[in-house]
Amino acid sequence: MSNPAVAIPAQQRVKPPSLKSWLTLNNRYVPPVFITLILLAGQLSYGILESYERTLLAIGTAIVIELVLGRIFLGKWLNVASAYITGISVGILLRSPAFWPYAACAAIAIMSKYVLRFRGRHLFNPSNFGISVVLFLLPATVAMLSIQWGNNMWSLITIWILGAIIIWRVNRFNITLTYVVSFLVLAVIRAHIIHEPVLSEISPLTGPEYQLFIFFMITDPKTTVRSKKGQCLVAFLVALLEMFFRLDQSVYAELYALFWIGPIALLIEMWLDARRAKLAGTPTSAIATSPGIAQPS
Amino acid sequence: MKRGPIARIILALLFVALIAVPVIVSRIAAKRKAAAGELNEKAAMARYGFYFTDVSKQAGVHFIHEAPKFDPKLAAIMPEVASMGASVSIVDYNRDGWPDIYVTNSRIGSMNALYRNNHDGTFTDVAPELGIADVNKPGTGVSMGAVWGDYDNDGYPDLYLIKWGKPMLFHNDHGHGFTDVTAKAGLPKWINASTALWFDYDRDGKLDLFVGGYYNENIDLWDLKTTKIMPDSFEYADNGGRKYLFHNLGDGRFQEVSAQVGIKSRRWALASGAADLTGNGYPDLFIANDYGVSELYLNDHGHFHEAGEQTGVGFAPKSGMNVAFGDIFNQGKFSIYVSNISEPGILIQGNNMWVPEDGTSGNALHYENLARDLGVELGGWSFGAQFGDFNNDGNLDLFLANGYISLDRNRSYWYDFAKVAGGNSSIIGDAKNWPAFDGRSLSGYQQKRVWINDGAGKFEDVARAVGVTDTHDGRSVAVADLWNNGALDVVVANQNGPLLIYKNHVDPAEKWIEFSLEGTKSNRDAIGAEVTLYWNGQEQIQEVEGGNGFAAQNDLRLHFGLGKHPKIEKAVIHWPSGTVQTLDNLTPDKLYHVKEPE
Repeated sequence: MSNPAVAIPAQQRVKPPSLKSWLTLNNRYVPPVFITLILLAGQLSYGILESYERTLLAIGTAIVIELVLGRIFLGKWLNVASAYITGISVGILLRSPAFWPYAACAAIAIMSKYVLRFRGRHLFNPSNFGISVVLFLLPATVAMLSIQWGNNMWSLITIWILGAIIIWRVNRFNITLTYVVSFLVLAVIRAHIIHEPVLSEISPLTGPEYQLFIFFMITDPKTTVRSKKGQCLVAFLVALLEMFFRLDQSVYAELYALFWIGPIALLIEMWLDARRAKLAGTPTSAIATSPGIAQPS
Repeated sequence: MKRGPIARIILALLFVALIAVPVIVSRIAAKRKAAAGELNEKAAMARYGFYFTDVSKQAGVHFIHEAPKFDPKLAAIMPEVASMGASVSIVDYNRDGWPDIYVTNSRIGSMNALYRNNHDGTFTDVAPELGIADVNKPGTGVSMGAVWGDYDNDGYPDLYLIKWGKPMLFHNDHGHGFTDVTAKAGLPKWINASTALWFDYDRDGKLDLFVGGYYNENIDLWDLKTTKIMPDSFEYADNGGRKYLFHNLGDGRFQEVSAQVGIKSRRWALASGAADLTGNGYPDLFIANDYGVSELYLNDHGHFHEAGEQTGVGFAPKSGMNVAFGDIFNQGKFSIYVSNISEPGILIQGNNMWVPEDGTSGNALHYENLARDLGVELGGWSFGAQFGDFNNDGNLDLFLANGYISLDRNRSYWYDFAKVAGGNSSIIGDAKNWPAFDGRSLSGYQQKRVWINDGAGKFEDVARAVGVTDTHDGRSVAVADLWNNGALDVVVANQNGPLLIYKNHVDPAEKWIEFSLEGTKSNRDAIGAEVTLYWNGQEQIQEVEGGNGFAAQNDLRLHFGLGKHPKIEKAVIHWPSGTVQTLDNLTPDKLYHVKEPE
């Protein structure tokens, strides 16, 4: 997951942060604060983490690698809000009795932003990429959080309301809403196809990893398309591909669906941008390197 | 990107290496493990100093466990809700000096069995003639386990039958039969329990009884009023059965005192064990809970307080299914082994080996989980485990049973299980929301583990090499020297499978010593007595237990391996009464009968 609130216009970037910007929700530190609150609430009430040390290891690794690679490849010290979210997401979602997978997954996630790039833009949501890779390649060592979080309705409702408010304020609620509605509709269809209880198909959506997925992962501005309609279409396609993965009994269907749909959507958008630029006579690089989307964050 | 192509290539190579190296290393490790196959007996003896042979059939034991069948409302997930009940406990019911074996069955109408040891390597089921076979009658529930304790100190161990149903207490009539004394004892009409143990929590010389509920005691699984009987969370469930502590009044009656002494929990208890972990002379109570954290009730002179979080053992919620105490480092301290669930790619809880942290003791006791460092973390869907020195080298080894539901080998229920288990309480808690099993397996056909302790901080799994090759759904494990030859044998009860007797063959150069204790001021079974053996400059502590593992009980006699050429200094016995007794001039390869000094 990258920071969903970081689509900051260029002119805003050069201004020093005012007191007001720190007090309002529309700044890049709101999502990190929100996910930290989720983590602390979950840990203090239910002990959701494998351990504090493992989560801190993931966060620390993500931040250090972001700083080092940013310095080497961009010549500056980057803001670490995005790396923090990636690290904390790995720390919450990944489950392994060992320490090293947390560091490895965080490192893979951050490095993917610098390696897997096309026309100056990274293609994969970092934490989605890192977690998907280790889950797929190291099944004997890691699993993903799928059962923690207390299973309590009130904590679920609280997180959903807070998450919805924040995602709405950062102008990404359309993505979350489209995905959730698509998931629910497709869950009913799946239940009909496989003759299972509808609630069993809806059940994953009430679990904690989905709350992180719909609020932090699928809404990442760096790895989503720009137009509202496009975002809704991509969210629907993620849910649709997820349905097929689920029919194939893939436990991490939503992650794998985003893993494939996300980059493909970006590539299509870049291709469309290039075509439009060509028709308008604008250099492609002017679009690809525009502030806010070109640099790893 | 400001840097040139070389920096980017280096970064790309590092990126690929970061992904590839762990994969390659784990694949190599997996191949090595697969290559470490079965050995013949001679080779196993040469390499590891022991091997097991399954002699159940030669011994005349043809017991097959049958699972219960509950209310048809649970038909879709019957394999899951009926996945327990196979248990084994070791008892010398007739005091002939030879361990006998009691096993439970779980289908309504099925028979439990008491295999009397015939002293010649064969066993005979005497349960029907003694009156403790036909105990799974309609309307009374079915057996989940059994623990033996001489509650009236008449010298003969009595039987408490753990049931999902009507709990039963049988008085042992001097080895000639058993009398149902449940009504006189004042036990509740119905408990859905999976664990129980005898211990003298208040050190009054009379054995008390702890019973840990699993399903809520108001649920009759054969006649459901609702399908909302499942845990309300996979890891934070607190809608299970209540806990009971029956205080022995000394006249055949028991008084339920759990609330008075501080034991209050509705977690889903699956296993329990009692040992004096703080060193104050009173037995503490460790409960491994399914769907949640473990609980450790520290005993302060007969009053308990739950110290799971405080001691470190009760923070991360898992699926606890075993409690076994063992002094694995020969330091005079108990470590605690708790089994959990590990399924590659889906759920890696890892088993716990709780080792006391250096410098902590008494009420400041704190544990750290060293299962991964020691190599005993991953077993599969793990159930019963027991410590025992199987090669008599002086270090406690570990036997672990694995495997949950073995049906269709090619179709797994894991996807559906994970789907519902992660859901909200209103979904997971109602059985009707669970997808149908439809003949699929769930962590089935898993190998058991025989981890031998090298004494230097590593355990090696040698199960297949030493002859433990079965892949039945293992549940309960108990250890005893069934042949009275100085080798610890292992008995395994498998769900829907055969009772297996693994006879142990040990290199005779490896010495041993055994102790059979009899209390006088303490309870006569000496349950709770600790023996610390000092030899070759090291020490090892063991305890007489009234139930442990998963629905199991080991032989009350304590077995110590000594290695080659041992020089025994002494054995110190801490009796539950507080009496401390020191034994000198001990020689290896002997069983010592020790009576508590009056």
